[in-house]
Amino acid sequence: MDKIIEGKKITVNEEGFLKDFSEWDKSVAEAIAAEEEIVLTPRHWEVLEYLQEQHKSEVALSIRRIGKSGVLDIKEFYQLFPKAPLKTATKIAGIPKPASCI
Amino acid sequence: MKNLVILGAGTAGTMMANHLIRHLKHPEWNIAIIDEKEEHHYQPGYLFLPFDIYSPKDIIKTIEEFIPKGVQLIKQKIDLILPKENQIRLADGTDIQYDILIIATGAKIAPEETEGMQGEEWQKSVFDFYSFEGALALRDKLREWKGGKMVVHITEMPIKCPVAPLEFAFLADSFFKHKHMRDQVEITYVTPLSGAFTKPKATDALEHLLHDKNIRIESDFAIERVDNENKKIIDYGGREIAFDLLVTVPTNKGDELIGRSGMGDDLNYVPTHKATLQAKEYSNIFVLGDASDIPASKAGSVAHFESEILTGNILHFINKEPLTEEFDGHANCFIETGNGKALLVDFNYTHEPVEGSFPFAGIGPLSLLKESRMNHMGKLAFRWIYWNVLLKGTHIPFVSATMSEKGRNYEEITEH
Ligand SMILES: Cc1cc2nc3c(=O)[nH]c(=O)nc-3n(C[C@H](O)[C@H](O)[C@H](O)COP(=O)(O)OP(=O)(O)OC[C@H]3O[C@@H](n4cnc5c(N)ncnc54)[C@H](O)[C@@H]3O)c2cc1C
Repeated sequence: MDKIIEGKKITVNEEGFLKDFSEWDKSVAEAIAAEEEIVLTPRHWEVLEYLQEQHKSEVALSIRRIGKSGVLDIKEFYQLFPKAPLKTATKIAGIPKPASCI
Repeated sequence: MKNLVILGAGTAGTMMANHLIRHLKHPEWNIAIIDEKEEHHYQPGYLFLPFDIYSPKDIIKTIEEFIPKGVQLIKQKIDLILPKENQIRLADGTDIQYDILIIATGAKIAPEETEGMQGEEWQKSVFDFYSFEGALALRDKLREWKGGKMVVHITEMPIKCPVAPLEFAFLADSFFKHKHMRDQVEITYVTPLSGAFTKPKATDALEHLLHDKNIRIESDFAIERVDNENKKIIDYGGREIAFDLLVTVPTNKGDELIGRSGMGDDLNYVPTHKATLQAKEYSNIFVLGDASDIPASKAGSVAHFESEILTGNILHFINKEPLTEEFDGHANCFIETGNGKALLVDFNYTHEPVEGSFPFAGIGPLSLLKESRMNHMGKLAFRWIYWNVLLKGTHIPFVSATMSEKGRNYEEITEH
């Protein structure tokens, strides 16, 4: 599925996750965040960067691990990305939806 | 003489003992298996205990009767693994040296991970069915429960047999129908996932069933605590769900032993290569069953497929040959859908379950992803197969360790 963000063509899957991280940039993140009704603050960016780093070093992401990361606690994670924080935050960060291990 | 030591005589450990005794013989090799328990439980039966479909005697046998002659069974608690010294320490202080170690200590519930879960209401209106004690206490409760709000809940992933909570909800629906009290029970299925299941195709089929059976679903619910006083579960976002009867699947964790030995991740699972089943940090340690961190289902059927591949790899390791990278995450499981029906799903690391038939393409007799009576018989037959075929490490005819793609329209899973 293609999507046009700020005049750029972006490929996303059925759930709206980017298929290719190289297509990600800050304006893409802001556009996806806007769809989720989130305005990105500096704190959001810190968390997004943290998630991207974790993904790069192939650490499986889970709510539990984020709670224990020392970067932020789960309460704050929910405040920043309400409802389904892990799903929403990874989508905005341009990384795949964490496979919650079947 | 060389020593191969297996930790845990549950589903996975027992299968390995049966496989390996055929290849590693005295006097060159000694095989020992260690477990602290006397009883071997057929855990899939825990699902049926609360509904009085199985009784305890149907699902309990001794560990001993499945351990083959020639394998030394040590009945003790394992206190520590000392991987750098190639040594195991037992609770009584005895040290055992190994050349090859197989970790098969499984996973179990850890309700203490969630605030309030083991509070005043524990086993009064808050139950689990992932332990024998829990399933039995729930059975007693269901025998006399008069109805109200039943909440079936998963705390966090991964859990053993991830479809079991759904099955529980389906069976509850049919249980209350038979008792002519379905109209007095409101069933809600609460999950931390964004849908009924982790794989989108199966999710569609299952959500359809939930809807048909009038079971409400609440997704993306990451529980923070159980409020015992007001009988509510509350998530980190402040969402509240009230219950009269909470049937929860607590956090699942590997055994404390793994944590104590400094060999596990944050849930005490051992980091393991997903295709070879070799521990990531130690070449002479292998991990199978629920104890590993590989991204496959924690299920007896997975342990069965793994055991065939691991047997080959242990022999390769002994002969100093390269390991085969063969394990593909193959899992298949029957999903009880109530009213004497079940469906069957079959999938692996990269392929989603879709419609088809099993094990013979186009013929079946079991249909994948479709509710049928035949599948239900299959689920019940699974107990017989478990005791008589699986544990003994016998190859199941026509069912291979890696997945067959014939007769099904698989969709590649692109993201992971
Ligand atoms: C409710 C429920 C339903 C299920 N349904 C299905 C299903 O339909 N199909 C399916 O395929 N699977 C199902 N499963 C999953 C299946 O039962 C497990 O995946 C399987 O038993 C895993 O085997 P294992 O050998 O890894 O662990 P286990 O069988 O749990 O064995 C671990 C063993 O290690 C021993 N041990 C652990 N630590 C120590 C220690 N420190 N010292 C001494 N001994 C120790 C334990 O005593 C135990 O005997 C279900 C599970 C549950 C709970």
